[in-house]
Amino acid sequence: MMLIPCPWCGPRNEVEFHYGGQADVACPRDPDAVSDAEWARFLFFRANPMGAFTERWMHRAGCRRWFTVRRDTVTHEIRPVGAEQERAVTV
Amino acid sequence: MTADLYGASPLAARADALARHSAPEGVQGVRIAEVPFTAQVALRVDPRGGAAERIGTALGAALPGRPGQVARTDRVLVLGLGPDEWLVVGSEGTAPELQDTLTAALDGAHGAVVDVSAHRTIVRVSGPKARDLLNTGCALDLHPRVFGADQCAQTLLARAAVILLCRETDPADFWVFVRASYARYLADWLIDATEFDG
Repeated sequence: MMLIPCPWCGPRNEVEFHYGGQADVACPRDPDAVSDAEWARFLFFRANPMGAFTERWMHRAGCRRWFTVRRDTVTHEIRPVGAEQERAVTV
Repeated sequence: MTADLYGASPLAARADALARHSAPEGVQGVRIAEVPFTAQVALRVDPRGGAAERIGTALGAALPGRPGQVARTDRVLVLGLGPDEWLVVGSEGTAPELQDTLTAALDGAHGAVVDVSAHRTIVRVSGPKARDLLNTGCALDLHPRVFGADQCAQTLLARAAVILLCRETDPADFWVFVRASYARYLADWLIDATEFDG
């Protein structure tokens, strides 16, 4: 069980959250202009690092906001990307 | 022939059972009862804009700046639910008036004012053992040092999504906002938990 720091509600139990996968996956600006291979790469290919991973979470049972954290996939140590920064992009 | 219109609160059918399982006397006491038909209005607005300030002035208390904080006036409670989301709670029958006040103060700015009174009902859990009872189904630390008067939290209680509001700490007095369709489940769970707790 992980304690995930929601930038709005503080540290909460993992069961309150929904996982959103890798953060910062950019959608191609013009989907019609990319090849099938490039589109498939955008849709299905994700990093799977052993170590620090930047990922999205949503506080489903709380404030229902998406936010980004950096989690170590080996130790589950979680570092918030920055509550202040999160506030700047959310509100 | 038309049927007579009637209103029943979500926990009207559990009122007797809740009263039976309430033991308000003594240090072991916990009292569970529904607070039905409160006016609840959901508010979304940019907290940094002029509209948020106008709404604060109209309500008589500034909107809480952080989720989890609660502002209190004679007429309303304002619960901070998210960075740009609040729940305004008033007494029975005041929802249209609250909605008008908030809509007028919003004055066309980007935001939303919605009457959600029928969305949730409130279960009041009070007494010296209230904290222990809630903590049998909720992982939040409810100790007064951490979760004191005029603080709220959206979380899970017995796997049901609720808003917990601490009104007083000594003796403990909590309001549990629960969706109407989950209310009877939660009431049954609370009754069961009082027996488990002894």
